[in-house]
Amino acid sequence: MNPLDTFITALSALTSNKMRAGLTLLGIIIGVTAVIVLMALGRGVQTSITSSIEALGTNLVTITPGSSETGGFGEVRLLAGRAGAGRQEAKLTLTDAYALLDPVMAPSVVAVAPEKSSGGQIVAGGTDFGAQVLGVTPEYADVRNSKVKWGEFVSAGHVRNNSSVVVLGSGVSETLFGMRSPVGQTVRINGKQFTVIGVMESQGGGFFGGFLDQQVYAPLTTVHYRMSFDRTTRGDIPVDTINVQASDVESVDKTIEEVTAALRISHRITGDDDFTVTSQQQTIQSIQQATNAIVVFLGSIAGISLLVGGIGIMNIMLVTVTERTREIGIRKAMGAKRRDILFQFIVESALLSLTGGLIGLALAYGVGALLDGQQIFGEGSEPFVSVIDRGIVMLALGVSVGIGLFFGIYPATRAARLHPIDALRYE
Amino acid sequence: MARKRRRRKSTADTVVRQVPEDSSMTSRKRARARADRRPAERRSGSAPLLRLEEVTKTYQMGEVEVGALQGVSLEIGKGEMVSIMGPSGSGKSTLMNIIGCLDVPTSGSYFLDERDVGALSDNRLADIRGRQIGFVFQTYNLLPRMSARANVELPLTYTSGRGRRRRAQEALERVGLADRASHKPTELSGGQQQRVGIARALVKEPAIMLADEPTGNLDSRSSEEIMDVLKSLNRDQRLTVIIVTHEEDIAAQTDRVISMLDGKVVRDGRTSRQSR
Repeated sequence: MNPLDTFITALSALTSNKMRAGLTLLGIIIGVTAVIVLMALGRGVQTSITSSIEALGTNLVTITPGSSETGGFGEVRLLAGRAGAGRQEAKLTLTDAYALLDPVMAPSVVAVAPEKSSGGQIVAGGTDFGAQVLGVTPEYADVRNSKVKWGEFVSAGHVRNNSSVVVLGSGVSETLFGMRSPVGQTVRINGKQFTVIGVMESQGGGFFGGFLDQQVYAPLTTVHYRMSFDRTTRGDIPVDTINVQASDVESVDKTIEEVTAALRISHRITGDDDFTVTSQQQTIQSIQQATNAIVVFLGSIAGISLLVGGIGIMNIMLVTVTERTREIGIRKAMGAKRRDILFQFIVESALLSLTGGLIGLALAYGVGALLDGQQIFGEGSEPFVSVIDRGIVMLALGVSVGIGLFFGIYPATRAARLHPIDALRYE
Repeated sequence: MARKRRRRKSTADTVVRQVPEDSSMTSRKRARARADRRPAERRSGSAPLLRLEEVTKTYQMGEVEVGALQGVSLEIGKGEMVSIMGPSGSGKSTLMNIIGCLDVPTSGSYFLDERDVGALSDNRLADIRGRQIGFVFQTYNLLPRMSARANVELPLTYTSGRGRRRRAQEALERVGLADRASHKPTELSGGQQQRVGIARALVKEPAIMLADEPTGNLDSRSSEEIMDVLKSLNRDQRLTVIIVTHEEDIAAQTDRVISMLDGKVVRDGRTSRQSR
């Protein structure tokens, strides 16, 4: 039997019992839709996180105290920072930061922006607000791709004079002053008076945007001398993080090498490093690894429903084979070979699952379009963008056809093995 | 005609014919030697179209072995119209299944067109069914989803692809149903359905037409129509027709009646039909 005849036979068999075919399709449709939608959700979140990190500058390298075993980023870094506070060697200082500007030691470094954070209770008028106060130098805005909306950023003069000035994140400004410009106003942080000199643009372009908008920036020296209880060691100011800007994305790796070498020399290290250098790319990679695991997990859970749909196909194909036993007998008497019967039923079940896969795909696009632009992570969060890429589509269609073939083979084999006489006699 | 020259032996249950052939060859060797020749060449000799030699068929029914056929030997020549009679359980359906290549003998041999069918694989058997055997069933066995013409085309989908529609239409014309080609089986009378069944058997231009109780489900007028169609196919196209029946008057319309009882041929004789 030629492929076209096989296809037409399978199609006419399916359309002769539309209700049953439809219900069987439903199982596959739900499975495929669930897989694609959940994976698209996962990928959407992943893309959102990635792009928000990239928005901070792709040629950014960060240096944190503590070796890579005890310190990385996120929570681990915080813990390591505290644990290492008592240890001299686990500290980075302002001198370390400026040493990296040496054009001989680190020619790839364009700018260096050390930061030092401190918690603070900000009060303005009747409103008070808990925020992170970040001690920075003027380079910070450039290095972290942040822009000033109103007023100005922290200047070299402010740093030199330990000035009591702050630049507010857009979220802080909104909470304390509404839509008005607060430049020139006075706020109290931990009881001390500060003058607002500027407000940053919203960093809302990503997953972390909301978080960054809740920060307050002050001169690094001000934070050290007026807000923290860290001691000055050897006349130097300890910092939490040193942001280093590489000249471009390609020189990031080279920058990491140079910075590491320079710090090892200034820290007189012969064994393990007491600092960790992380590129934005590495951060993205490790976050992607984590989110990939989530995407796969979501996909697998949805995959279970696809599996159930596949079992539905197998069930219906077994019923079909039994029902059409006599037809199989007739076809065999007319000269149908085993493989003719085998293909007839396999094509039928593959057709069933492929149709289900295609409808499920269309449905998933529909659900994705409904979710797009919704703030699915809560009020004020980033508008969601689902990502249905070719990989997901091929995977879902491949899996659905594969399921049709896999669960179709057993019923089809049973059909093909029927003895023509028994099949003809079947009532 | 070959059939008229043939002399039957006095013992009625076998028909033995001398095959002019190199006597040093066994029948199996001869079969293999001839298997590669074109059918026209093979039929030009006086060899019978089909020959059964001591065929037995045993079924396992649970613990019990049932010998459905217990040593059947017979020959049927090209262009014969034969009926096989016998009560139920006599083995006539089993004999029919073996002749139709739906089943293979437990022992003994069956030569169709000088080819030993017992030695063939499932696929080769299917191929022979598809090209050489035309089945007509008591219950018509048409596929209900398909039109009359699609039903007639069915055997051709498994063998050759060329001119299927035209050949199906011609076969329907030969049974007088050209105008019903696009009707579904449910829209046809029993007699018409059986004629579609005959057209389906005919379309492949088979060597043998095997009809299992073709009139069993029909009234006498339709039965007569069906028998007329079968007889005219036998007469006009020298088509070999084998009818399994238990109706005396149907058997009487054929040239030769083979009677079966308890898995054996008990009588094999010519009828008094004087139609040619």
